[in-house]
Amino acid sequence: MPTLVSHPDEVKVVSRRFGMGAANIEKYIELDGYKAVQQAIAEGPEWIINTMKASGLRGRGGAGFPTGMKWSFVPKQSEKPKYVLVNGDESEPGTCKDHVIFLHDPHAVIEGTMIAGLAIGSKVGFIYLRGEYRYLLKIVEKAVADAYAKGFLGKNIFGKEGVDFDIITQTGAGAYEVGEESALMESLEGKRGVPRIKPPFPAVVGLYGGPTVINNAETIANAPHILLMGGETYAKLGSERNGGTRLFGISGHVERPGVYELPMGYSLRKAIYDVAGGIKDGKKLKAVVPGGSSCPVLTADEIDVGLDFDQMGKAGTMLGSGGIVVLDESVSIVEFALRTIAFYQHESCGWCIPCREGTDWIKKTLTRVYNGGGSKKDVDNIQYLADNMMGRTFCPLGDAAAMPTLGFVKKFRKEFEDYIEGNKAGTPIITVEQLVGAH
Amino acid sequence: MSEIANTIFSPETAARFDHLVTIYPLKRSALVPMLLYAQDEIGFVSDEVVREIAQRIDILELDVRNVLSYYSMLRTKPAGKYNVQVCTNISCMLRGGYEILDHCKHKLGIGHKETTKDGVFSLEEVECIGACCWAPAIQINYDFHDDLTPEKVDVLFQMYRDGQGKDEK
Repeated sequence: MPTLVSHPDEVKVVSRRFGMGAANIEKYIELDGYKAVQQAIAEGPEWIINTMKASGLRGRGGAGFPTGMKWSFVPKQSEKPKYVLVNGDESEPGTCKDHVIFLHDPHAVIEGTMIAGLAIGSKVGFIYLRGEYRYLLKIVEKAVADAYAKGFLGKNIFGKEGVDFDIITQTGAGAYEVGEESALMESLEGKRGVPRIKPPFPAVVGLYGGPTVINNAETIANAPHILLMGGETYAKLGSERNGGTRLFGISGHVERPGVYELPMGYSLRKAIYDVAGGIKDGKKLKAVVPGGSSCPVLTADEIDVGLDFDQMGKAGTMLGSGGIVVLDESVSIVEFALRTIAFYQHESCGWCIPCREGTDWIKKTLTRVYNGGGSKKDVDNIQYLADNMMGRTFCPLGDAAAMPTLGFVKKFRKEFEDYIEGNKAGTPIITVEQLVGAH
Repeated sequence: MSEIANTIFSPETAARFDHLVTIYPLKRSALVPMLLYAQDEIGFVSDEVVREIAQRIDILELDVRNVLSYYSMLRTKPAGKYNVQVCTNISCMLRGGYEILDHCKHKLGIGHKETTKDGVFSLEEVECIGACCWAPAIQINYDFHDDLTPEKVDVLFQMYRDGQGKDEK
């Protein structure tokens, strides 16, 4: 069971009810639950969207797109039904924040889904959880059933004539790629989770061909809190153009790993050294992968940066999914880069050639380097391959594989070259036999 | 009473499937969950499972197989009663995931995607399972076990062997 952690610098909004038994509907109601959605029904779609816009909330799945704006893109009139789709297919290595939301506050996801539905004029929401999260699916299913029993879902919700909303829960069956929005829609339609070409964007042609709002589970769970506290109040908790707080999962070589809710713009250095208790066993920091495995690495000298979408972008990396993976001095970057690309090679759906071939060739080349048979030309080849994947695929998986690879070889080029010459930094963990035979 | 005559599933699962195909705007949306729930009951996605699900959704068996081959949790061969899935992705790797995998291999005497002779355990190295902050983590069937050490793994295996392990479906 995930351990709950706490730190005085945390600002608890979306994690406010964690550890308080709010999976129970009575407890959730006692803790201001289902108030925001009733206010949303009373005030109407324009008020909801304006409040969400004012909040400065940006998508917590990784892309950081402004949520209020996304909702406003959905056409008011549509011949086809509109849908709300909650992306709980959390699969980016280093990310486990939605895990704790589903576990501790499933009703917040349900209420947020309803609010999004009211905002865009949809009557059906889907909550999609990755297949591995079966125990969480059961928690969410129970919460949905309880909400139906109370008359909060179904026909004439909260006794309001003509206001209907249904929620359907859905499970995946193991595929990183399905976390991408259009691939998720394919999966939900009972197909292989390969991405769709854009445009059209989901807001116009999404699930079952209808206009669809798709949001990450954390984004959706924030909506009720934002409506209750007001958009401006929420915005002020964060930094410029990055409203509010977000859940950061700090993992790897830290003393107190865990999911912490910190204000947007909070110092990465403080997140590692204060909040997560510093580097494990008093070792030295070597590098940080700051927002899930697809984000370019930061070196130990580059951590004086604020944790928001814009500051991380300026630092040459991404805030991503908020999964901060901390590497101490014992880590071999060559090995870590290999493990990272091995993942993307395994998960590439094969639809786009640059991604399918690129991940495979980078993995093969890195395996040779790691195995001691590499040449300096290999490092150039890796960079060449990764450069040629960037921006050349339907979905961001190709970029997600190329970006960290480029980060490793550019920032740690000397370590790669030394490794090839026989001076291997770090303590290797994987045997090549293990990795190659693995998948 | 199932809507499919001679269903291969238990009455509960058959009833669940009867319902599942009715809740979505398109029947086919039930495909991925049905494959997973069928596997939970039968142990793997057999030819019979493919046939009945194709019939229930009214699509070709080929369509079912096409989807089946995409998802990593779905398998077409039996696994052990308890499928041990060890995460070795980055967060787990940094906190001993490979050590846990090696320990499992040694302890169970099997490798990746193999099953013990008595059929009790199978082993699988898997990609990130979303337990990064509580690493190293494994799943035994659907149950998460985190913050592991080789010693804790031994205790877990004994519990499952003794029939005391959690096994939520």
